[in-house]
Amino acid sequence: MSPQMIERLWQAFLDTALMVGVSAGIAVLAGIPLALFLVTSGPGGIFPAPTANRVVGTVVNGFRAVPFIVLLVALIPFTRLVAGTTIGVWAAIVPLSVSATPFFARIAEVSLREVDAGLIEAAQSIGCRRRHILAHVLLPEALPGIVAGFTITVVAMIGASAMAGAVGAGGLGDVAIRYGYQRFDTTVMVVVIAILIALVCVVQFAGDTAVRRLRAR
Amino acid sequence: MVGLIFDSLRDPGTPVAARRQAPGAATAARPPAPAPGREAGTVRFESVSKTYRSAAGPVQALDRVDLAIPAGAIFGIIGRSGAGKSSLLRTVNRLEAPTSGRVLVDGAPIDALDTDGLVALRRRIGMIFQHFNLLAAKTVRQNVALPLTVAGVPRRDIGPRVAEALRLVGLEDKADTYPSRLSGGQKQRVGIARALVSDPEILLCDEATSALDPETTLAILDLLRDINRRLGITIILITHEMSVIREICSDVVVLEGGRVVETGPVWRVFGAPEHPTTRALLEPLTRGLPSDLAARLQPQPAPGGWAILRITCAGQAAPDLSSLAGAGAPVRLLQAGIERIQGRAVGRMLVAVPAEDPAEDPSTEARLRALGDVERVGYVPADAAVG
Repeated sequence: MSPQMIERLWQAFLDTALMVGVSAGIAVLAGIPLALFLVTSGPGGIFPAPTANRVVGTVVNGFRAVPFIVLLVALIPFTRLVAGTTIGVWAAIVPLSVSATPFFARIAEVSLREVDAGLIEAAQSIGCRRRHILAHVLLPEALPGIVAGFTITVVAMIGASAMAGAVGAGGLGDVAIRYGYQRFDTTVMVVVIAILIALVCVVQFAGDTAVRRLRAR
Repeated sequence: MVGLIFDSLRDPGTPVAARRQAPGAATAARPPAPAPGREAGTVRFESVSKTYRSAAGPVQALDRVDLAIPAGAIFGIIGRSGAGKSSLLRTVNRLEAPTSGRVLVDGAPIDALDTDGLVALRRRIGMIFQHFNLLAAKTVRQNVALPLTVAGVPRRDIGPRVAEALRLVGLEDKADTYPSRLSGGQKQRVGIARALVSDPEILLCDEATSALDPETTLAILDLLRDINRRLGITIILITHEMSVIREICSDVVVLEGGRVVETGPVWRVFGAPEHPTTRALLEPLTRGLPSDLAARLQPQPAPGGWAILRITCAGQAAPDLSSLAGAGAPVRLLQAGIERIQGRAVGRMLVAVPAEDPAEDPSTEARLRALGDVERVGYVPADAAVG
């Protein structure tokens, strides 16, 4: 491989890391409140609002139903509004975040639902208000599952970010398509795949380690 | 020594709500002030009904329950599963709201409390659970501190109170352990410490010993009895084990189909159960007719045979056995189980007397009546009773 190609791969790696990192951060910041809302606003929840719950649930499912490559294009007007541009890394971060947030919210929701209703009852019996239940019961008890779900989300986002080349965002997937596929450069293809595998392994290992530490308590 | 700090917090001159009002919790509105004096620590149910809607139609969990629980009692609620025990217990701290009727705690109705009032009420009522319900992500210390933390008690006051509560339950060395590392009995002790740390006047126990082995159950019951005596806390417990009631309760109520079918001091309900449900629940604790006698039981006396009499003791302090002996026909003791509950002898004896005798010699039965109620079970042939 030429030095330029190595330089190109390094730049692509940084682009992927930036896209996934920022989008994952947004997915956590938006996804956890969304998951808490979905769990607590259902019938019998601590903030019951069944109608709003159904509406939000439907919207979340809607976003989850749209394939990422379609979302990437369909969101272009929204992307221009938010990022001020429709090409490049920052233009890819908007649809990546919009796609990852409902995905992560649903996974976090499962963990939050698994928190024993008896714990919530015990918290109420000692005089916890609802915000105390969120802060002291639901989130800490569901944390191992949420971290495991976050790992899954990041891995899925690394995959999705390969499509960001469609809006000129670059990244590892883009290099593999343009050089490995369209220019028949098998070496680049193999190297990109190897980097992606290594990246996913590192993310998964870090996630598993964090979960194991949390569960060891 | 252990109770000193709790006792000092229990200054009788200070209204209950006032001493619980932490400086940082000034925003928390107080509940309707508990009536001073005698009513603190009491619970009264007035025609409490609860109906659940289920897929199969409405289910009546509680049906016009009227009940008064005095301060300082250890009050047992017993019944089969589905009898409404849990629902009744949960109306006390309003984890469940009655469909109709009302519940009075410390003499004040709790049905109209707003959120602040409800939170304040719950801080005066501790609760422990069958499955302990400890937070896995928090240490023992953090679990026990939680009621104080959320009440806004200053951090410097929390430490000593948590330490005191852990000392009370004998777990001071486990403060920094996570609950998953504890045994069932230890977990329940943490639950008790958490329930007591905010210095409640009522403790609700929801099948608190049902997940524990018999030995641990006795240890936990000892602890509860100790807490009741030392801190004067009213304990309301639900259980399906009659032995738990017998062990520590002063009074008991029997529920069946959401209704109160029998209530009273334990010695009376256990000694002379009136309702079939109570008798059925007591069955495991009472021995029936031994099988060798049951096999040969007949309705008519046989020549030279024996009459089997059951003597039920309930209420006497100590039956005088000399009435078994003395002049007259022999009285053979076949089986006896007498226990002392709240200073009274409660139990049953099975004796055999010569069968021909009773008609001619009523004095035999009269002698036995000095021990308790006498009931003729039947007759057995000459060789059956005494071999």
